[in-house]
Amino acid sequence: MPETLLKLDNVVAGYTTPVVGPVAFSLAPGEILGLGGHNGAGKSTILRSITGMARIFAGTITRSDGLTISHQWQRPELPPELALMGRELFALLGADPDSAPAIIQPLLEKPLYQFSGGQFQLLQTMACVCSPAKLVLMDEPTNNLDGRALDALSEMLHRLEKSRAVILVSHEKAFLEKHCTSMLEVSP
Amino acid sequence: MSEFLLFDPLFRVPFFTGLLLAAALSLIGALLRMRDEWLAALGLSQIAAVGAIAANVLHLPVLIGAFAAAGAVMVLRAALPRIGNSHYGLMILLGWSGTLLLGSYIDHGHVVGEHLLRGQLYFTHTGHLLGAAVLLAFTLGFLPWLSPRLLTARFFPDYHKANQLPVMPYRMVFALLVIGAVVTGTVSIGAFPAFAMLFVPPWVGFVLVNGWTRSLIASTAVGCAAYIAAFVAAIMLDLPFGPVLTAVLILCGTLRFVTALRRRNFQVSGDQSKANYLPIKEYRAAEKRAP
Repeated sequence: MPETLLKLDNVVAGYTTPVVGPVAFSLAPGEILGLGGHNGAGKSTILRSITGMARIFAGTITRSDGLTISHQWQRPELPPELALMGRELFALLGADPDSAPAIIQPLLEKPLYQFSGGQFQLLQTMACVCSPAKLVLMDEPTNNLDGRALDALSEMLHRLEKSRAVILVSHEKAFLEKHCTSMLEVSP
Repeated sequence: MSEFLLFDPLFRVPFFTGLLLAAALSLIGALLRMRDEWLAALGLSQIAAVGAIAANVLHLPVLIGAFAAAGAVMVLRAALPRIGNSHYGLMILLGWSGTLLLGSYIDHGHVVGEHLLRGQLYFTHTGHLLGAAVLLAFTLGFLPWLSPRLLTARFFPDYHKANQLPVMPYRMVFALLVIGAVVTGTVSIGAFPAFAMLFVPPWVGFVLVNGWTRSLIASTAVGCAAYIAAFVAAIMLDLPFGPVLTAVLILCGTLRFVTALRRRNFQVSGDQSKANYLPIKEYRAAEKRAP
């Protein structure tokens, strides 16, 4: 029986008041869990409850020993003037630039202020995927991505090591169905 | 006469105090700018000035008052769930009115208040020099450890929490460095010149070069060069140091506009707009032909 990386047991999560739950699932290495649901259903809140940014009102979250997590945020804010290079952003998560797809390579040598919103979204997503984290949380990673970028992301998800797992939030049902090994429809 | 003043031993301690502060404040300003918290520097420097003058009213050492006031604000800042420009705006107004009102309670109070707001570099002594040296040593010592943590928190806000890594140590060290910079800067060169040194060098340095380490070096170089130019100009022209420093720093802003202009010229070279224009029918046909 495979080791469980993460288990949510009837978790009710939110901020000042509960937003979502009770939610229950467990995640084993090699799994890609898709979270679907309407706007405001609480999909991002589930991710934030796992990282400790949202408050847990009821239930428990059990992590495997030494679980490492990378979290790609929805709508990451692109600082207007910061001359940080793409490669330096990769290094923050210990991500391996050589494992990144070809579409990313030119971005690694560019300063962030030259990025478009879509390029920045792609760079952040790839930094999380190429990091050594055992669990990758992706919040609407397909937002603002063009066809080539979507293909590159699909390829990376397909190549993901079997020792790792992903929780993928997306409104794009076709993308979820293509990549996920299990699905959870979230409702408030 | 002014040329002789420049090399007068009396000015050595103020000169080196300011130079060390220029390097430290530029670096800490770069971290504040990276976090989009540069306005906090002005709010804190004004509050430090209130604390300094309040200590004067209570016959306590000025440094203790400045540290206590800035420290209290940083504790309050950590306790609030969200802090933004409105809070920093209130701090600036509170600092300005508090400094001048408290100044009216003591003899020569308006002079002390003006010194704290505008600067008093020529009256600094070895205590200030030592404070500036300690600040720079701590800034340089902690920078390689602090900088990646602050950058990670900027781009991946929950990375440390998600991986159960401690957040308090780096937040505490950064808060102490900011307080140290603001207080030492305010009591040595004044609240507004200290803010100018925290704000302008990274504002200019960040657009001059590419890469994080180079940005830090460029910011520090701009800060130190502006300081040296201002120190010489203030003595040679017999002008007050604080306003001269601020004016020289603002002049450095032209470097930013020149760089921005060069980049814009580079980016718009070659008109691509017409080359890719196709009526929708031809566009669809081209799409079908594409491999």
